Amino acid sequence: MLLTLYIEFFKTGLFAVGGGLATLPFLYDLSDRYGWFSYEQLADMIAVSESTPGAIGVNMATYAGFSTAGVPGAIIATLGLVSPSIIIIIILAHVLERFKQSTLVQGAFYGLRPASTALIAAAGFNFMYHDLINTSVYSGLQSLMDVINIKALIFSVVLYVIMQHRLFKHLHPVVFIAFSAIIGILFSF
Amino acid sequence: MQVLLDLFITFAKIGAITFGGGYAMLPILQREVVEKKQWATNEDVMDYYAIGQTTPGIIAINTATFIGQKTKGTLGGVAATLGVVFPSLIIISIIAYFLNAVSDSALLSSAFSGIRVSVYILILQAVLKLWKKAVIDKVGLIIFTIVFLLAVFTSYSPVYFVIFAGVLGVVSFRFLNKAVK
Repeated sequence: MLLTLYIEFFKTGLFAVGGGLATLPFLYDLSDRYGWFSYEQLADMIAVSESTPGAIGVNMATYAGFSTAGVPGAIIATLGLVSPSIIIIIILAHVLERFKQSTLVQGAFYGLRPASTALIAAAGFNFMYHDLINTSVYSGLQSLMDVINIKALIFSVVLYVIMQHRLFKHLHPVVFIAFSAIIGILFSF
Repeated sequence: MQVLLDLFITFAKIGAITFGGGYAMLPILQREVVEKKQWATNEDVMDYYAIGQTTPGIIAINTATFIGQKTKGTLGGVAATLGVVFPSLIIISIIAYFLNAVSDSALLSSAFSGIRVSVYILILQAVLKLWKKAVIDKVGLIIFTIVFLLAVFTSYSPVYFVIFAGVLGVVSFRFLNKAVK
């Protein structure tokens, strides 16, 4: 179990390109394949990771590891995540200049950046889909209103519009998360 | 040994006061590593950031490993990296323990039903920001579309998409460069 955890997070560290939410598609995939945590738990993890100090990717690995196998899980998952970085960077430090100028590297990242963005977008889309569409309702008979979570849909639009406003645009995510928690308590989606 | 401990503590401090990692870490790195400890210059830090972005892994981790390595070799790299993740381990474990213990609280589950909405809106926001830097031309748009559709409608591991996009990037970059020449 712990070994699988280490290997899976090693892979995540090796293939997650870029910062912040780049680990998200990989955690999503882990949820699909191993059922270590549910989509709802994953969404909670993101909220907690964004609201606490530390790099989001590291926080998410720690949280996922903890949910799967307690404190040892948290440690193993985090170590798995950082291992590829340590190995790669230490090798790279010796060939730094060549690496920066390599057209191979430039080319790879020319392709990787849009792919990484697409993976994050897909994970976000899946979250939204599972949250807004009630896939468990018995098909037929029900009206559209039962299938779509109207309250959550309205709130998501409102929240998006608020975030675009120049007064709120540069606020830290933790502000929006706290605000949403209050709205959640008031209206319970 | 003294330096290793110093690296660990300094990066633990950085990990404990940075919210969000990545770019949020930059000003704190500049203050702690460049001004106070003088382990690196401002230019070094910018270089590490650029490389941290163009190598696999979390940017904050890559940058920490780099500065540690530069200061005290391989062990320095390990010490700085362990330092920067240390606060996350403690803080997140406590929160995860607490949340798992009270997960059947009705109040908390309503709060999280609201929080989930903010999570995907924040993801959307992040994607729009990344889009501007990542999807710069038609090739980027094609890669984005293919990967997005495959990721939504199939359940293959993202690993394959990353490898596919990397190879495609190298090939089309070569091709475009030749076309310019």
